[in-house]
Amino acid sequence: MYKDFSLNDWDALIIPGGFSYGDWLRAGAIAARTQAIEKLKDAKDMHIPILGICNGFQILVEGELLPGALLPNENSKFVCRWIKTYVEKPRGPWLSLVEEKQEIDMPVAHAEGRYYVDEETYRSSLLKSPIVRYAPGHNPNGSIYDIAGVGSEDGLILGLMPHPERSSEDILAPRGFRANGKILFESLAHSLKKGW
Amino acid sequence: MSETSLHFVEVVITNKKGVKDPEGDTIHKHLILRKGYAEVLGVRTGKYILFSVNARSAEEAVKKVKEICEKLRIYNPIIHDIEVRISA
Repeated sequence: MYKDFSLNDWDALIIPGGFSYGDWLRAGAIAARTQAIEKLKDAKDMHIPILGICNGFQILVEGELLPGALLPNENSKFVCRWIKTYVEKPRGPWLSLVEEKQEIDMPVAHAEGRYYVDEETYRSSLLKSPIVRYAPGHNPNGSIYDIAGVGSEDGLILGLMPHPERSSEDILAPRGFRANGKILFESLAHSLKKGW
Repeated sequence: MSETSLHFVEVVITNKKGVKDPEGDTIHKHLILRKGYAEVLGVRTGKYILFSVNARSAEEAVKKVKEICEKLRIYNPIIHDIEVRISA
């Protein structure tokens, strides 16, 4: 039961994609004010790794656990397709096996994924943190600086719009794309055993 | 103790200057300018929320709604401006 959610029971937390509260007000805005999500602030203090995927990323930015905001896509449409991304400054438990500029292919499926951050926050804080960027020509929603995902400076908290969990089996990847999103979960498994 | 009465408080949420508003841009460019209203220099869209609040005064009702907007993040201060006003 989500009301019995206790942080002590978990080594790491993943907020998956989907829809919460019908996306009313703004995607993730109402979920960010629920009991379980408000506990994530304690999880952050306890250094428990947190990953937010798609709606999970929207919830993390609405809950102010990650900087920036996610706006309706530039073309106002739901977008569902595979895209290519690359990672900058990989660090922390979710990216411990990822190399600088490593490409990861994943599908996106969202209507509110246009990342926005003001220039000052981008320069003063984001440029020191892990960033997942859409490869040139692959930005599906008009995100500023081609940002697909951002991490906290130490990489303990990571949020991204694309779905690494749907990019973990070769049979799911269309021609021209690799199903190599599994590396986030392999990184976590590795990190929980060996540290990060 | 003073009596409370019902007050209607309007909240208008708009994208900040510098945050793109594709809906406003499309209405402006593809409808208004195309139909010849060149004097319209820009269009911004937003969200309107009407609160019905029991309060001792209009000022108190506005203050309460402002508090709700901040604390519960009815608007997102990173991307939005809000206007909170008593309904005329």
